[in-house]
Amino acid sequence: MQEEISTRAYSAKDKKALLGEDVEIEHYTAETEEHDALTTLSEISEEYGQDLRNVGIEPSEKDRSGSFLQRDHSVVFSAVRYPGLEIMSTTDAVKKYDWLKEYLWKAIPVDTDKYTAEVALCQTHGYFIKVEAGSKVAMPVQSCLFITSDKIRQNVHNIVIAEENSELHIITGCSVSHSVSSALHLGVSEFYVKKGAKITFTMVHNWGDGIEIRPRTAVVIEDDGVFVSNYILATPVKSLQMFPIIYCKGRNARTSSQSILYATGNANIDIGSRVVLQGSGSKAEIISRVIVTDNAKVIARGDIYGEARDAKGHIECRGLVLSNTSEIDSIPVLKATRRDLDLSHEAAVGKIAEEEIHYLMARGLSEDEATSVIIRGFLNVDITGLPDALAKETKKMFDMSLEKVM
Amino acid sequence: MLEIKDLAVEVDGNKIIERLNLCIERGEVHILFGPNGCGKTTLMMAILGIPAYKVKKGRIAFKGGDITDLPTNERVKLGMGMSFQHPPEIRGVKLGDMVNIALGRKEAEIDESVIELGKKLNISADFLNRDVNLGFSGGEVKRSEILQLLAQAPEFLMFDEPDSGIDVGNIELIGDLISKLLDRDERPSKRERAGLIITHSGFILEHIKPDRAHVMLNGRIACSGRPEEVVKHIMDDGFERCVERCVVEGVC
Ligand SMILES: Nc1ncnc2c1ncn2[C@@H]1O[C@H](COP(=O)(O)OP(=O)(O)O)[C@@H](O)[C@H]1O
Ligand SMILES: [Mg+2]
Repeated sequence: MQEEISTRAYSAKDKKALLGEDVEIEHYTAETEEHDALTTLSEISEEYGQDLRNVGIEPSEKDRSGSFLQRDHSVVFSAVRYPGLEIMSTTDAVKKYDWLKEYLWKAIPVDTDKYTAEVALCQTHGYFIKVEAGSKVAMPVQSCLFITSDKIRQNVHNIVIAEENSELHIITGCSVSHSVSSALHLGVSEFYVKKGAKITFTMVHNWGDGIEIRPRTAVVIEDDGVFVSNYILATPVKSLQMFPIIYCKGRNARTSSQSILYATGNANIDIGSRVVLQGSGSKAEIISRVIVTDNAKVIARGDIYGEARDAKGHIECRGLVLSNTSEIDSIPVLKATRRDLDLSHEAAVGKIAEEEIHYLMARGLSEDEATSVIIRGFLNVDITGLPDALAKETKKMFDMSLEKVM
Repeated sequence: MLEIKDLAVEVDGNKIIERLNLCIERGEVHILFGPNGCGKTTLMMAILGIPAYKVKKGRIAFKGGDITDLPTNERVKLGMGMSFQHPPEIRGVKLGDMVNIALGRKEAEIDESVIELGKKLNISADFLNRDVNLGFSGGEVKRSEILQLLAQAPEFLMFDEPDSGIDVGNIELIGDLISKLLDRDERPSKRERAGLIITHSGFILEHIKPDRAHVMLNGRIACSGRPEEVVKHIMDDGFERCVERCVVEGVC
């Protein structure tokens, strides 16, 4: 089994990805010092604590049902405060649970591209989170992948399993310390939403302008399962390409995703998701808001494939272009292979309407103030599908991220 | 309070207004009539300094100072405000946010004081939380505009067709509020505010009892006079012919 995975990974070692510019993996070092474990998350230094807070991670662990922190290649903290919930390093989990091989590389083929191959061949932990059947974990779990060493590559493999009728809320923050000028983050994430289960996944990315990121994510949703994702990227990045695939496999499986991107500098971003509606009555909604400025370039994708009876899907992509040297390519794809389903999309990309600026000026704002009110409004998507308190917290987290860039 | 001399305005390179003169004194309310497309909205936009409406010639003075080259928000600071005929939709910016901005409270919550103001226009807290003008009915747009003016409380108010699309249940309310905003409840000598109203209906006339009326034709003020007389001429003979019969008073 493990052997077969390695063989397949090995064969894909030089396989370029279909999307995104090619990253030279060898350019980043696989070796780095190990860091000491923490006994509590609040022990972390003030400087790093701020980096964590910036991506929604609470060092005090207040209102969290569990925490996971991986620094470079070391899992420095992992704790659970709720029965029925498990959090640990994936490497440890694979050793502990033989059955986990039924999940490993099952949603994402290991030979997808050189990045999945690299994670399989040279894995540096990642988180394993599992909630047992019927357990509804009210407070969110927080997990953080943090880079503090220069020029490294971080190759994580995350596995999340929500057993039948369970509920799990995850806040994931990816962050990098200021001292890091360049690094590569490869993250494979496989999510399994069993019958009647629900996972909400809120992710904040806070990289730097020398960081390259290639996440590889897949989600499998069974009957009546729900997967909700909220994503924000508002800080600089060198290059980011991700294209999670969500399989609404079961009857009435549902997914919704909302992404907010504020791309600055020379960022090169290719982002979006594909939902495959395989279960009858399954539903998908993909919403994105993209702002580009400076020389940033964003390709915003959204694919919905309808393959089952009464499937329903909608894509909504809105983009604002703030400079003449930035670019948004919005690429929605709808594919229907039968007639009894309903897929739609709505895309609008352009500059800020002068009429809106002048209307606000007619209420007393200066041109700059008016522009910032419009941008903030544009990025103001309703956070749906989360419990009230978490929705509020997420909203605040998003506002805070945007506050810093505007 | 407002003095316009020999104004020419272009939109998209097209001459819309030419040789227009208009004076409005403190305490006065003037009505602007005219067929669709004659340039009424253009005149208000130019007075407010909206950049798409380019002043090619002439001057606009407000409260004794020349404002021809001032940006819109500076004019607003001096005490101007307008209720738009067709305001734009702004996604993610709520009506309540607009009210806060009009109140001069930046980044404030939609709190009790905003909700209280809303009530004056039969606007609910839920409605204050809707994106401004997005999917608003014609009448809702008008009430939202007047609510924002109420918050702004300017000294010189322009209303661009404030009564079109308003349902009968709200028309009295709108009339009363406009009347109050323009100090019409006060004795003439006590009126501090002034205004200009574009309307097609008689309702506003009866309610506000304006001081003067003007008929605009092809980008010029073709005639001016006492409101009742101007209306009578328009009723009897239509816009074009009424001009021949009423006195042209182009100058201040
Ligand atoms: N933004 C614009 N772009 C091009 N033409 C415009 C614009 N706004 C107004 N116009 C033209 O200017 C003329 C006057 O319009 P407007 O002032 O709106 O008339 P009114 O308010 O009297 O109905 C019309 O011919 C109209 O088509
Ligand atoms: Mg008009």
